[in-house]
Amino acid sequence: MVTDAKPLTAPLEVAFDYTRSLGGTLGAFMTALRQRRITGTRGSDGRVHVPPAEYDPDTAEPLTDLVEVGQEGTVLTWSWVDAPREGQPLEHPFAWALVRLDGADTPMLHAVDVGSPERMRTGMRVRLRWVAEPAGHIRDIACFEPACFEPAGHPAGEAGGTAESAAAPDSPPASSQPGGGEPVTMMTTPVRLHYTHSASPVETRYLQGLAEGRLLGQRCPECGQVYVPPRGACPTDGVPTEQEVEVAGTGTITTFCVVNVPFLGQRITPPYVAAHVLLDGADIPVQHLVLGCEVDEVRMGMRVEAVWKPREEWEHTMENIDHFRPNGEPDAPYESYSQHL
Amino acid sequence: MATTSSGPDVAVVGFAQSPNVRSTNGTTNGVEMLVPTLREALGQVGMSKDDVGFWCSGSSDYLAGRAFSFVAAVDAVGPFPPVNESHVEMDAAWALFEAWVKILTGEVNTAVVYGFGKSSAGDLQRVLAMQHDPYLVAPLWPDAVGLAGLQARLGIESGRWSERAMAEVAARSRADARENPRAQFSGEVCADDLLAEPYLADPLRAHDCAPITDGASVVVLASAERARELRENPAWITGLQHRIDSPGFSRDLTASPSTTAAARAAGADGVELAELAAPFTHQELLLREALGLGEHVRVNPSGGLLCGNPLFAAGLSRVGEAAGRVLRGEAGRVLAHATNGPLLQQNLVCVMEGRS
Repeated sequence: MVTDAKPLTAPLEVAFDYTRSLGGTLGAFMTALRQRRITGTRGSDGRVHVPPAEYDPDTAEPLTDLVEVGQEGTVLTWSWVDAPREGQPLEHPFAWALVRLDGADTPMLHAVDVGSPERMRTGMRVRLRWVAEPAGHIRDIACFEPACFEPAGHPAGEAGGTAESAAAPDSPPASSQPGGGEPVTMMTTPVRLHYTHSASPVETRYLQGLAEGRLLGQRCPECGQVYVPPRGACPTDGVPTEQEVEVAGTGTITTFCVVNVPFLGQRITPPYVAAHVLLDGADIPVQHLVLGCEVDEVRMGMRVEAVWKPREEWEHTMENIDHFRPNGEPDAPYESYSQHL
Repeated sequence: MATTSSGPDVAVVGFAQSPNVRSTNGTTNGVEMLVPTLREALGQVGMSKDDVGFWCSGSSDYLAGRAFSFVAAVDAVGPFPPVNESHVEMDAAWALFEAWVKILTGEVNTAVVYGFGKSSAGDLQRVLAMQHDPYLVAPLWPDAVGLAGLQARLGIESGRWSERAMAEVAARSRADARENPRAQFSGEVCADDLLAEPYLADPLRAHDCAPITDGASVVVLASAERARELRENPAWITGLQHRIDSPGFSRDLTASPSTTAAARAAGADGVELAELAAPFTHQELLLREALGLGEHVRVNPSGGLLCGNPLFAAGLSRVGEAAGRVLRGEAGRVLAHATNGPLLQQNLVCVMEGRS
């Protein structure tokens, strides 16, 4: 039976650094950023695209005619951000805006540091603010600010600016080609996404069982198969599994492999055996480690038992079982597990 | 052209959706939402999983925060012995497009399309930033609401729509959603009250933005022969097309040429009802214009995305909601619209009708 208890949850962070090659057009744009210059590309109709378009939107021809444009521009539209989110250009309230730089025909998206929405309007003139040390990345542009700066009582001038932007959690790491005249060819963008991972109700029961030293599965009401770990629905019948079943800590090795290859993070010195163990009472095997005998003694049909860690180390994890070891029983006949390989 | 179709016919014969809710306890692979929803949809037409020729789903690993989440989702189908299955990393309306093509080829005569998304699992505004240009835009982590605000203001200041017209869209949607038991929001509100609320992201207020929603939906498709066996009044697909615009911000954000092109290709003339995937109030106004919908066309009687926006299922739900009007004999010729990407970048139009 599945209880109505709230499932177990845990924070999950998905994090990776996007490292991208830039190609000629964007590479030239990023190289110019590092020199505190803004460049665009001229399209077949003469329009100047900033940020640069790599291919003409109308003819699809590669665009190679680079044009330097101004560092002041005009706000075409804007929206107000009261509570900036992680990674955004400014940590205090700001406006998103589409800004058309002088000499450009297309707008670019960026933040405008203007203090309050009352100071923001379509058509206003803004100028670009650079970070302290441009590295050849779009984040070299810290933000925009009003072109007619009003120092008196303007909070943006004090609180905003390069120092904060450079310290933003998602600001890029230093370019792989700092300084010098080398063209920028790569960019790295750190990505950090935060989730709350939920176990399913039956997985929750399974994990709670492990914390108590028990192995709990679920039986499908239609085909009668017992799944350990349990699944939300029987993959044969597509119906929720409903009956909880406790299975034994003993089982049969259905198949195995000898790990001879070292790899990063490996916790056991090779060679060792990873095996599928069909627990007595279950219909699908679990994968685990087999220790307690020579590697070349492990065989299909071998009977094994779970070796649990000391109780005080138990958590909501299959790692509570340290490994399986031979339990000395005679081998199981092939017919007993042939349908569970 | 508008009311005829060529080749073998395909019809929607079933539709079900999970409750649209702010968050569920389920996993991000959607199984808990999908099992009862699949069962309900198949039950409408007396089918079992063994009667289904093709399964096709739409979902997103970024939304789920795990790789290949759709592979785990197929447990909800019961994929043993193996089933004929496919998936798109898009709104499931595009999975419906694939299933429609599959039936048109004659390879199968039934298909089940499903979409699911647990938007509550992650920080949705950050997750959605991942859909932008990875060189120039995504590193700024733009939030979807802020970007929609840029689009809304362009329309407001150019006189294409107004904050009042936007509030009226919200009020009408919530009032209509009172008839939709699966809606996340519904109720009686007036535009004046909504306009008195503070801005969420000037010029957008909370009522202008679709909620964060967990949900799943399922549509059953059948060939002409099977459709007549399965259902009294199938919703025949007379046109199904999708088009895409540039991802850049240099296009006219107050128009949607891809929607217009898809509608023209699908033959959208003469519809009396439309379900539009507009996650922001101004986008409904924009889409009405792009689709050339007149005043007499009833829009989003389900309440639309403003009353429940289960990402990757919401567009498919528009097809299902519109088809449902035909299946129940409430409408003769209907249009459904779905969208992918930021600011209505990619758009699908499905036209359906009943035949006596």
